[in-house]
Amino acid sequence: MSDIADRVKKIVVEHLSVEESKVAENASFIDDLGADSLDTVELVMAFEEEFGIEIPDDAAETIQTFGDAVKFITEAS
Amino acid sequence: MFDLTGKNALITGASGGIGGEIAKTLHGAGATVVLSGTRLEPLEALAAELGDRAHVLTCNLSDADSVEALPKAAIEAMGSVDILVNNAGITRDNLFMRMKDDEWDSVLNVNLTSTMRLCRGVLRGMMKARWGRIINISSIVGATGNPGQANYAASKAGMVGMSKSLAYEIANRGITVNAVAPGFIATAMTDKLTDDQKEKINVQIPAARMGNPEEIAAAVLYLASQEAGYVTGATLHVNGGMAML
Repeated sequence: MSDIADRVKKIVVEHLSVEESKVAENASFIDDLGADSLDTVELVMAFEEEFGIEIPDDAAETIQTFGDAVKFITEAS
Repeated sequence: MFDLTGKNALITGASGGIGGEIAKTLHGAGATVVLSGTRLEPLEALAAELGDRAHVLTCNLSDADSVEALPKAAIEAMGSVDILVNNAGITRDNLFMRMKDDEWDSVLNVNLTSTMRLCRGVLRGMMKARWGRIINISSIVGATGNPGQANYAASKAGMVGMSKSLAYEIANRGITVNAVAPGFIATAMTDKLTDDQKEKINVQIPAARMGNPEEIAAAVLYLASQEAGYVTGATLHVNGGMAML
């Protein structure tokens, strides 16, 4: 697994207090990992800080799953 | 009780009678403060009076870019904004039938839209810290209405609805959002009234007097405190009984 994916997974595990094994490629933050809509905003904030990137609101809305996040961040950084 | 040591507060309209008193009170409770307003001179005079832990940042609340820049500058000055007091406000009174679009727009823009922008600007830090206090200074007329003040009353009622909605969204992040609604408060503005005018106002107030800025500041201090952590989405009416809501 790539370095980016590891770092994203760490943030997700810490922020949503979920088992690492549940954070699969297609795991939806809201449907599978118990996030509410504000959690997803906070996750995006955490990604921005961790990777030093800016994630615009319209892009943030497309980040629904762990895989989405890794893909977006990989392309952005 | 009500110790704000280590907390950083941004207060808008700090050059005014009520805003200045809020700043003094929060500072007196141990907070570091950023005094914001349009006029540099009275802000600097207040900062000099307060001494340590007081910063000055001018801001034109009718200018969106200036408003967006304020929370960033306040965070730079203090390290964080833990307490935001949206106190600044303007009036452009006119009878409803004569009210111009620009009178409506400017009051809504400064009183309500800038409040929204400042709240949005401080939320990121508060969310991360899992602690925050937002206190929006509304007005009795937001609840009761007042002839000649449709724009002002709409902006002040709007602040209450906005505060409640925001309070809902972030209550489980340790951030509270409340409003304080002053009645008639004795400031430089009310000093200009004649004794006869003051008398007419006082007969409408069960307490039979105007309030003091200190009495508004005390309400703000309470809502800013650790002790008020379970109070959110509330409007604290401080009006001598003029409207019992």
